[in-house]
Parts: sequence; C-alpha cells; structure tokens
Amino acid sequence: MPHKGGMHWHYRARRRERHHEEHRLRIALAGNPNVGKTSLFNALTGARQHVGNWPGVTVDKKVGTRRHRGHLLEFIDLPGTYSLTANSIDEIITRDYIIEEAPDVVIHVVDATNMGRNLYLTTQLMTTGARLVMALNMFDVSEARGDCIDLEKLEEFLEIPVVPTSASKRTGMDRLLDEIVEEADREYHHHHMVGYGDELERRISVLVETLDQDPGISEKYPLRWMSVKLLEGDENVLERLSGSSVEEPVRALLTDADHEEIEVEMAERRYEVIDTILGQALVRCQLRVTPSDYVDRVLTHKWLGIPIFLAMMWGAFTLTFTVSIPFSAMIDAAFAHLSGWISENVASEWLGSLLADGIISGVGFVLIFVPPIFVLFLLLAILEDTGYLARAAFNMDRIMANLGLHGKSFIPMLMGFGCNVPAILSTRSIEDRKDRFITILVNPFMSCGARLPVFVLLAGAFFGAAAGTAIFGIYILGILVAILTAKLLRSTLLRGEPAPFIMEMPRYHLPSTKLVLSHTWERTRMYMRKAGTVILLGAIIVWFMASLPWGVEYGSEDSVAGMIGKLLEPLVAPLGFDWRIVVALLFGFIAKELVAGTLGVLFGGGEGGGSLVKGLTDPSSGLNAASAAGLMAFTLLYTPCLATVGVIWKETGSIRWTAFSVVYSLVLAWLVAFLFYRAGLALGWG
Amino acid sequence: MVVMSVASTDDELPLLRLDEVQPGRRVKVVHLKGRGRLRRRLLAMGMVPGAIVEVLRKAPLDDPVEYRVKGTDYSIRRRDAHMVEVRFMED
Repeated sequence: MPHKGGMHWHYRARRRERHHEEHRLRIALAGNPNVGKTSLFNALTGARQHVGNWPGVTVDKKVGTRRHRGHLLEFIDLPGTYSLTANSIDEIITRDYIIEEAPDVVIHVVDATNMGRNLYLTTQLMTTGARLVMALNMFDVSEARGDCIDLEKLEEFLEIPVVPTSASKRTGMDRLLDEIVEEADREYHHHHMVGYGDELERRISVLVETLDQDPGISEKYPLRWMSVKLLEGDENVLERLSGSSVEEPVRALLTDADHEEIEVEMAERRYEVIDTILGQALVRCQLRVTPSDYVDRVLTHKWLGIPIFLAMMWGAFTLTFTVSIPFSAMIDAAFAHLSGWISENVASEWLGSLLADGIISGVGFVLIFVPPIFVLFLLLAILEDTGYLARAAFNMDRIMANLGLHGKSFIPMLMGFGCNVPAILSTRSIEDRKDRFITILVNPFMSCGARLPVFVLLAGAFFGAAAGTAIFGIYILGILVAILTAKLLRSTLLRGEPAPFIMEMPRYHLPSTKLVLSHTWERTRMYMRKAGTVILLGAIIVWFMASLPWGVEYGSEDSVAGMIGKLLEPLVAPLGFDWRIVVALLFGFIAKELVAGTLGVLFGGGEGGGSLVKGLTDPSSGLNAASAAGLMAFTLLYTPCLATVGVIWKETGSIRWTAFSVVYSLVLAWLVAFLFYRAGLALGWG
Repeated sequence: MVVMSVASTDDELPLLRLDEVQPGRRVKVVHLKGRGRLRRRLLAMGMVPGAIVEVLRKAPLDDPVEYRVKGTDYSIRRRDAHMVEVRFMED
C-alpha cells in the first residue's frame, strides 16, 4: 500500500529555490523504451527528430523549448530505461540527471497499453523526490482495444497528476503542459508508493538518519532513494559516499545486508503494489492471442523465419535499384545538360570549368543518388516502424551469439545501414564494455547510406541487370566481415563471454505514413544537406586539385590530384586501380559520398558533361567488372569516414582502438579488394 | 536437481527452469538464480517470485525464446532463462 514517511528537508528546500529564480522551467522526459517518449518530446517541442521502434534510439539528451502560459519550458529527452539501477549507461545518465540536475518537473511517460511493467519505473522515480507528472501515452490505443483505465483512481493511488495523451495524434498536450506548469508551483509533498515491510523499513530509516548527519550528502541526494540503493548493493551509489563523514558508519550498517535477497524482496514489494493499483484502476481486455502472435507464427517460423528475413532484405535492395533508376537517369540527364550549357555559355573558361566540371558534376552526381537513398530509407523505415526489425534480431540472434556477437549489437548494426555515427552512439545501451567495443569496432563494416551511391554507380555501370544482386552481395559482405571481425576480437583482444541479452518485442503495428515519411525525409535531407556543404566544398577542392597548376589538362596526371594519385598508385596497382581511384578514395575519407562525387569529376567531367557511366566503362578508364567489384569492396571496407572515426574515438575514449579501427579496415579493404579483383579476372570479368 | 525453495500452495508440482518450458505453457516464477545485471534486469521486467510467465515461441534456431511477462513480450536467451526457477500453473 502507498506509504508516507521520511523527511528530507534540505533536498526538498533546494528544489524549491531553484524554480523561483525565473519563469524558466526545466522539464525532463523519462520512461521505458518504446513508449513514445521521443514522439511526445517532438509533439511538445515541435522538433522533428528520428523516432523508432528500437530500444536505445534515444542516446543523447535532446533539448527543445516551448512557451506555455508565460513560462519558458525547456524539455530534455532522457534515454529510455526500465529502472534506475546502475545497469547501463542509459540508466546512469537518466538517474544522474534526475538526481543531480534536479529538473523542475519530470514527465514520466507511460505506455497505457502496458502499465504493469511501466509502473515499475514509477516506483523508482518516486523515491528520487522529483516532481512527477504522468503522461499516459498511447491512451487511444488502450481504449481502442477495450481497456478501461480509471484515471481518478490512478491519481489517487499515485498522488501525482495523470494525463492521458497520444503523442502520435498529438492529443492531451495542452492539459499536459498545464499540469507541468501547475506542478512546478505546487507545494512539494513526498509520496512513497512502496513500503518495504517492517524489517526493511527499519533499515531504511536507520540509514536515512545516518546519512542525514552529513549535510554534504543530505543536501545533494534524496536520502530514502539513497538508502534503498545502498541496501540493494548499488556500488555506484556507495562510491558517492567515499570521503564523506558517514561512509564508515554506512558501510558498518550494510555489512550484514544480503543485497541479492533484499533486491528480490524490494522488486517483489514494488510489483505487489503495482498489482494492487492495477487491480483497482484497470479493467483489462487482454487478448490471449494478439494479432501480432498470428503474424509472428509466420515471420519467426522455424523454417520460414530466416528465409523470409533474407528475402525481404534482398527484395529491399532490388526494389531500391529498380524503382529509383528512372528518377536517377532523369537527374543525370538534367545535370549533364546543365553542365554542357554552362561550358558553352560561360565566357570565362576557368569559371565555366569550375561550374561545369567541379560544382555541377560533383553535386549533381551526389544528387543522382537521392532516389535510391530515399527508396532504401523508406523501406527500412517501414520495416522499423512495423516492429519487424525486432523479429529480425530475434531470428538472427543465435547466429550472432555463436559468432561471439552480442544480440543487442544487432540494433546498432542495422542502424549502421543508415549512418554509422548514430549507430555507434546507440551502442551506449550495451552494458558490458567488451561487448560494446566489439559492436563499435565492427559497425563501420555495415554499409552506410553514403556508400550506396558508389555501389549504385559501379554496379549499374558494370553489372547491368544483376546490379541489385551485386549491391545485396556487397551488403552481405559487410555483414560477414563484421561478424568475422567480431569473432576475431572476441577470441583475441577482447576475450570473454557476451553479457545476457534481453530484448523487448514490440507489438506489430501498421506503419504510420506520416512517421515513415518523416523518418525517410529526415535521413534523405541529411544526405542532401551534406551534398550542399561537405560535398560542395569537396567538389571545389577536387576541381582545384584537378586544375592546378594552371594550364594543365583538367584532371590529368600533371595536376596536383594526378600527382598525389600517381605517387600512391603503386600501392593500389595490384588491385587494378589507377591514380584517379586513389584520389577518389582519399576524398572519400572526408565523406564517403565524395568517392562517387570525385569519380564523377574525374571520369565523367572534363569532356563537357559526358555521362559518367560512359566515362567509367570506357576502355580509357582502366576499369572492368573485376576491378569494379574490388573497388566496391574497398569502398565498403576501408577506413571509416572522418565523422565515424571521430565518434569511435569519443565513444571508446581510446586513441589506440581508434587507430586500430583505421589501420585494420585499411589493410582488410586492400586484401579483400585484391581477392575480388583476382577472382573476378579468373572468372573472366576482365 | 530439484532445489528446495520457498514453500507455496502448489508445492507438489516439480520445480523446473524457464528454458525447459515448452511454448504454449504458463508458469509461475519461484526463484531467481544468478546475480548481477541479468538478475536486476529480470526483476525490473517483472520476473519476481509469483509472477506468471507465458512461453510464446522459439526462434527459428531454437534460441532465444520469446516470453510474455506482465503484458510485455521479451526475447531471452536460453542460458539467461535458465536462471529462472519456475513451477507449472495448475490450469
């Protein structure tokens, strides 16, 4: 039963002072993964961000603001967590923020269709002493399926405002904002949802009294929360006492505590309270067999599950290629036309060349790839939004486990198909350090969207009707290399057992057109923005390097680019590449799209806007199907782009692992490209 | 093999581990073995003594297995599910 007690005046007083400073309120959003927390954050702040079905999508603190009734509300989106232990970086980020930054109000986002598990976090948030407002999200879904939630009873039990919301339909937002502003001004009162029984409560109060002796502790931390965590054996909390005057007495009080027993007992008590509350506040229409179950009987079927997964992926790549070809061809033609027109009509020869061969070619060739990127991202967003990706992980986990990869690694790996930077950031939800490092280090082998243009270009030029299959093969190669690298690291430098893998399986739902299109558009826009900035700059640099010293033939061996390429050419000659490929790959280090862009300038440009494909397949290019296959493999595997290297450094905190990633992938790329080239020649692709 | 545990009303039913339960069956959690993160994670998702767990389905390669606990579905590897001691529900 709900229980009141425990007075920690200092901590409370500090919270009261804070928000009186001005009309600015700091509001944190906390909740389980997959409850629509990020959607709610977007609905509240109007920010357009990526929302997905994957646990662990929200890794950074996202901030957004909004005015409401004379207050400036600053929202912080915290990572999704199931509890507030020190289990993962996500949980630590969340609890540190709530405890140490003491936001004015915490919006606790709860999935109305799944209150049993969600309320567990409620029990944890309550002891932190935060002012809570509960957003009962997906309320429309729970009503639609026949649940009946007694909101008044719920508020009565929990003693916090409860607002039904639907982030996807944007309902309940005004009431939620009203409640936030009111809650911030309300007199704070302590509510302890859970009483832990006489024995544990006695221990808690002794600990609270002891901790209260040190003002350094009692002003900084909610003491009941701290005592509960200490009894649960939370090392991270115990460390916070080190050096304080109460450390010794507290340690003495904990010597006879069986933390594991206490942990179970406390969890049991919390769920008892939750069951009691739900018993009175919720009449549930629970289907024993949900529609999701029927779908899963097929999609996770013993014999069909994996073939369906592979077929879907293959279908996605083939569809991407066939659907986007006509659009890409239109853009290609338009830019070739524009480039030719400029060459003829701009009086100044060098300016005409800069515009036509540099800027138009470089940016144009990047924009050609907007259609395939849009289609692939659209298909992935549909799979993600329906909840299918979790089933893909479920189907493939055994294989991952056998190869020493963590099941949770599957999520960042799939995200890596989009962009490796957010994918590597999302590894923060992986608890174990070794598991996390392996996942980070193999991620660049998952082929990101920036590499797709290169594959589309080369496969289209050299593999004709089999282009979709060739691209699918390259993606599979990336996955294989990732898996083998993981196995290698697991058995050498990062030896050890993978940590437990528990993954939530969200119910299937029809993808919302709006959400899918906004994800897709968001990702495509990021790509196009790069085309307008990094790529534009890159294209200009490439043009200068191909034109300097003045007077040389554009992009010839006498230009700066040519000289650098020539210098390094012997290194890649065994792969069938010439100096132009070297230049393209060098620029690709800044951003992988530049490989396509540079090939565009060096092979396509320079002849007054001839077609790039023609330029590539022309005998003068020195390329053939075998070296094109090698180049695709090289582009896939070689040193990650600058942004990815940066994030690897940041996330591993180790210059040595970052260097490892750079060198390892470069060497590997060379070896695999060599193998492909030779095998291709042997197969008569030359 | 059989480990003594908390007395309950349906004592006569044998104890077994969650990974041994076939899809379609419902069981009641008796005790959590193991330690550390896995245990905490299981507790947080509601695998507390007395909780009812429904075994939904096995993955194509037999591992992991999908379970329903407190209305949410989870994929759990067999070696992790092995840490949960359960008893069949009297249907």
